[in-house]
Amino acid sequence: MLTIQDLHVYYGRIHALKGISLEVRAGEIVALIGSNGAGKTTTLAALSGLLRPRSGVIYFEDKNITHLPVHQIVRLGVVHCPEGRQVFARLSVAENLQLAGAHRSERAARMRDLQRVYELFPILAQRRNQYAGTLSGGEQQMLAIGRALMSGPRLLLLDEPSLGLAPMIVESIFRVIEALRCDGVTVLLVEQNAYRALQLADRAYVLETGCIKIHGPARELMDNSAVRAAYLGG
Amino acid sequence: MFTPSYLAQQIVNALNMGSIYALVAIGLTVVYGILRLINFAHGDMMTVGAYVALAVLTSLALPAWAALVIPIFVVAAVGVLIERFAYRPLRGAPEVAMLITSLAVSSLIENGALMTLTAQPRPVRLPAELTQRVDVLGINIAVMDAVIVVLALVLMVGLSLFVRYTAIGIAMRACSENVRVTQLMGVDVNRVIATAFAISAGLAAVAGVLWSGKFGLVDPFMGFVPGLKAFVAAVIGGIGNIAGAMLGGYLLGFAEVFFVAFMPSEISGYRDAFVFALLLVVLLLRPTGLLGAHEASRA
Amino acid sequence: MKRFLPFLWMAAVMGTAGLAQVLLNDYYQRVLAVLAINVILAVSLNLTNGFSGDFSLGPAAFMAIGAYTSAILTLPAQTKAIALPDLPPWLGQIALPFPVATLLGCVLAGLVAFVVGLPVLRLRGHYLAVATLGLMVILQVVALNWQALTRGARGISGLPPFTNLLWAYGWMLITVLVIWRIVYSPLGRAMMAVREDELAAACRGVRVFRTRLFAFVTSAIFTSVAGALWAHLITAITPSSFSFLLTFNVVAMVVIGGMGSISGSVLGAALMTLLPELLRRVETALAIGGQPLYGLSQVVVAVLMLAVMLFRPQGLMGQREIGDVIALLLRRDRPTQPVAPVGEARRTA
Repeated sequence: MLTIQDLHVYYGRIHALKGISLEVRAGEIVALIGSNGAGKTTTLAALSGLLRPRSGVIYFEDKNITHLPVHQIVRLGVVHCPEGRQVFARLSVAENLQLAGAHRSERAARMRDLQRVYELFPILAQRRNQYAGTLSGGEQQMLAIGRALMSGPRLLLLDEPSLGLAPMIVESIFRVIEALRCDGVTVLLVEQNAYRALQLADRAYVLETGCIKIHGPARELMDNSAVRAAYLGG
Repeated sequence: MFTPSYLAQQIVNALNMGSIYALVAIGLTVVYGILRLINFAHGDMMTVGAYVALAVLTSLALPAWAALVIPIFVVAAVGVLIERFAYRPLRGAPEVAMLITSLAVSSLIENGALMTLTAQPRPVRLPAELTQRVDVLGINIAVMDAVIVVLALVLMVGLSLFVRYTAIGIAMRACSENVRVTQLMGVDVNRVIATAFAISAGLAAVAGVLWSGKFGLVDPFMGFVPGLKAFVAAVIGGIGNIAGAMLGGYLLGFAEVFFVAFMPSEISGYRDAFVFALLLVVLLLRPTGLLGAHEASRA
Repeated sequence: MKRFLPFLWMAAVMGTAGLAQVLLNDYYQRVLAVLAINVILAVSLNLTNGFSGDFSLGPAAFMAIGAYTSAILTLPAQTKAIALPDLPPWLGQIALPFPVATLLGCVLAGLVAFVVGLPVLRLRGHYLAVATLGLMVILQVVALNWQALTRGARGISGLPPFTNLLWAYGWMLITVLVIWRIVYSPLGRAMMAVREDELAAACRGVRVFRTRLFAFVTSAIFTSVAGALWAHLITAITPSSFSFLLTFNVVAMVVIGGMGSISGSVLGAALMTLLPELLRRVETALAIGGQPLYGLSQVVVAVLMLAVMLFRPQGLMGQREIGDVIALLLRRDRPTQPVAPVGEARRTA
């Protein structure tokens, strides 16, 4: 579904991504793990169009999306749920969701997805008319994911959904991600919580200072001694 | 000297000036909210609107109300063009760069008008219905005065509803919080920004037409000082906040008119100094304004 | 020998100025004087806007202070008795020599800049710009209304024409020299550090506020010199001489020349002095319907500024000085400029 070939991304003079290549197949959950500053968020930003790579190609369902504008990439089905929640604090929960679905033309599909979001996150239904800024961290993360779902994703890019959240909430969110797989959504998950990510994912890539160090089935990586030492606490 | 009818007339004046300032301030604040740009060329949208209205009025072939409607569309188009060619290429540039560009655009419009239309102020002859005087609630005012206030209120209410309930309005509010994330929602941010400029310029055009109607004159530099004062109004109310712009506009209108009305004549000449001293005070003591809660990085 | 090079340059400039004063006709002398004044204005503004990173729209205000102060001080007592009868006697009776009057103007401008700078420099970016603009308006209104001091809208005329090329270029050299020494000194580097990253500079021990205030006050002082020179060149000043148009043109000089390059400001000033002269002929020649195209030169300036902002935001010289450019052309090694040009902070997102 998604193929990245030899992607180089720069921040000014800083070479953030040094020729990475990766693949995500339809229906998978792929994890991208690595420490802070490794380039995980940069990768997602390049995928969603927020950053322009200097060289390399990105194919989504055989279409070259490397230089498309952000909103067009979203409309093709690649939806980026950014790190740090970043919900619109001065809009209500419902307005946040409505905005994300606004670019879709079929009303029925939108309504259906809205129902699905309220099903997955009942608390959002309760708080639908509250300002998003008044929600707790976990609720905001749910809203962020709900928003991403409202855009009708075929490939969902999730950036650090567990960051700063209590373990129980993290569990419920990971359960939701699992449920999304059953809904037919492919997921590329960037996570600092390597253990949970590897438990959930089918395959994983390990990113270190802009390069892919190892990749393979998640189970194998969990057993890999180098990975264990670096990211899983030995 | 301070008779009730004098007071009443001053209140009417204050309402008029406040209405005009509010219309202009809203446009400024909407653009600032989304782009963090202080658009110095905004006041000149008033000027362009007033000239277009004048052209319509003197052409005689069009009905009088067209003098209000046509400028809105023309100036909105001008605003969109300016955004597309002068401001969009600089998105992401340091804020001072955008300020300089807006200064240049402003100078271009003013001096372009000077060059082609000359500095000679042109009189505006209002249709008779507007210059008549009527009694409203016991006060004798010109119809024009009432039109200004009513029209401004209608537009402001309309805009508030628009921003609150329409999809584009919600997108505009989202953009003023975070443009990048709004893009991630699949929103074509360029279109939203263009709409914001169109609305903002359109409101300024109305303000310009009303101003020229009230003061009876049009000249290339007429929008410059009101544009600056509208910025003061927006800052007082809280820059980036539409309700703040409305509040600030009326507060400034009242402050200005009452300053002139009730100060001795040696002092009343300092009216503009008073307005800008107000600006300095607000910027230094409460930069977020009365209703605003925007960036914390100003100090 | 190398150490004396600057002095040789200065002597050359002054010598040329003296010759020009004797040989050229009034028109050319006037243009050259305006050029020197513009250089002073541009280089001073660049100190705050370019090197210190504080975008000020205040030049007109400080120029007005310099102009009015020096005018009131140099105007002969008899003239003052008629034109400004309400002046307090100690002002009404003195008539000071030109340099003294100019210096007193500097002192006043410096004081005002200091007092205003203390609160206003707490602002940054475009808020600071607007605050300085507000200052300009306030001063203009004061000049218009304080009839006893300034004669309001009628202005002060009949000023002794003290400004000649020697004075103009003398002050210009002083300005450029002083500002050059400031900028290319540890203090100047501190300013540039503040411009690039205030927090980092503070962490390195830079007294951020003091540095910015120093730049602001110094800039005001030299701007007021320009005002005094201007007043005694044109011999008549009104509040509207020091309007936003003036500020805009000085900003144009600095932007087009390059914010962060003293040579750039000189170039910008030269450009902005010569352009209106050239275009003046065109304005009258290209009359539309019998009316000369007034405003054409301003339109051209605005278009130039837009072109610079859109296509070459660092201006003509960026942050390089003429010495660096020459060295570059001669392929010699120079100590590198540590910071990226102002306009390159754009992201690709």
